[in-house]
Amino acid sequence: MTPSWQPLATPARLQARAALLAQIRQFFAQRQVLEVQTPVLAAHGVTDVHIEQLCVGSAERWLQTSPEYAMKRLLAAGVGDCYQMTPAFRAGEYGRLHNPEFTLLEWYRCDYDAPALMREVGALVDQLLGPAPMASQRYADAFIAQGLPDPLSADTQVLWQAAQDRRDVAAPPDGLDRDGLLDWLLSTQVVPGLPRRCFITHYPASQAVLARLSPQDDRVAERFELFCDGVELANGFHELTDATALGERWQRDQAKRVARGDAPGSMDARLLSAMASGLPDCAGVALGVDRVFMLAQGLDSIAQGLTFDWGNA
Amino acid sequence: MASFSTSQFKSGLKILLDGEPYTIVDNEFVKPGKGQAFNRVKVRNLKTGKVIDRTFKSGESVEGADVMETDMQYLYNDGEFYYFMTPEDFEQHAASAELIGDTGKWLKEQDTCSVTLYNGEPLSVEPPLHVTLTVTQTDPGLKGDTSSGGSKPATLETGAVVQVPLFIQEGELLRVDTRTGEYVSRAKE
Repeated sequence: MTPSWQPLATPARLQARAALLAQIRQFFAQRQVLEVQTPVLAAHGVTDVHIEQLCVGSAERWLQTSPEYAMKRLLAAGVGDCYQMTPAFRAGEYGRLHNPEFTLLEWYRCDYDAPALMREVGALVDQLLGPAPMASQRYADAFIAQGLPDPLSADTQVLWQAAQDRRDVAAPPDGLDRDGLLDWLLSTQVVPGLPRRCFITHYPASQAVLARLSPQDDRVAERFELFCDGVELANGFHELTDATALGERWQRDQAKRVARGDAPGSMDARLLSAMASGLPDCAGVALGVDRVFMLAQGLDSIAQGLTFDWGNA
Repeated sequence: MASFSTSQFKSGLKILLDGEPYTIVDNEFVKPGKGQAFNRVKVRNLKTGKVIDRTFKSGESVEGADVMETDMQYLYNDGEFYYFMTPEDFEQHAASAELIGDTGKWLKEQDTCSVTLYNGEPLSVEPPLHVTLTVTQTDPGLKGDTSSGGSKPATLETGAVVQVPLFIQEGELLRVDTRTGEYVSRAKE
């Protein structure tokens, strides 16, 4: 049998994709945000509990799961507002909305907080997808609006019971920790009920990743995500700048990975040094380019907007 | 039996859940960017046909079900069991009349059927898409009838009853579509 060699996207689709990339570059050029490029292969990866990396064994290097660490080193070096569009790699993520190699748009704005950056994300999405009303809900309020317990204060047992009581979907799998259960509830119960374009803000502190905690309420982080038509499109932080806190979070991640029986992540000492020397107050966000293109074109899967997906790359 | 990780899930994969054999109908990978990954699957119970939803943590493994489809020749039935044979090694398999159910009316001796085996035992039997059967009983049609006019019931050698054109007579061979149970055409021996 001859292997299928043809691209998934039609020539017309690829023209539309090129136009979208040009539109993004123009958006940032108009705002004087600098386009940068950082290495895709680097000596370290990340410690994220739920992100698996691809290692290039012969080079003993990691394919980057996002350009975040390198861009923060640029920020610490005084580069200022910057963005890039880059391939990023996450092992095992393959489905309608996932491809192990995908394109991220990531940008950072100095002296922005989360609401300021959310306004800019909204402006870009309006340009790429056409204007539409933008909603915003706090993580906890979005749960409560769906009749679920308060995810910040309810006992894990109460959350489990709420998940079991849902009849419209299969029960969550056994062996989830509290955050895993919250992820299940968010994916299956909360996101489907969101307005067409909606930010979720104030994530639980346990899911802060690299966002700072709220000075008003340390149960939540200054982290936001954007969902468009139920598709997770962007994830942003008012960035943590405290190197000590970063080191502590990494250690917590590592402990969880090891407890689960997985290899610990590879901690990037260069980022720690950069943060210790001083990361400016900034907010940053990553937006899935393949997904925004999928939505712009009304496609069923990101694969339809790619030249070659994981299955025929 | 091998076990399968969620990354190997795809439509048609046969897996064992709660001790029952299932086939995967639909598999969706769901993952919040920074969060836990899940596989939401629809699976069909191969015994009952019932479709249910299940969610797995991505990376979990599930035992495979020893299910295979084999072409077999239908031999005969004794009222209680239907007997099939794999033509390569003449091995015989018996399927209960209960399991065969309504399919029995399309089974003609010597015909090749697709038999699904679970742990070596027949789980289901698919008749050929088209079978050729003799009319054993039908009322005589009126003289001068053409294929364009009306229809009447005809009983076939296996007991199946199908609607046929009025010109069909007893003893004729008919080609029938087993999926719809509809008459297709006259057939030659």
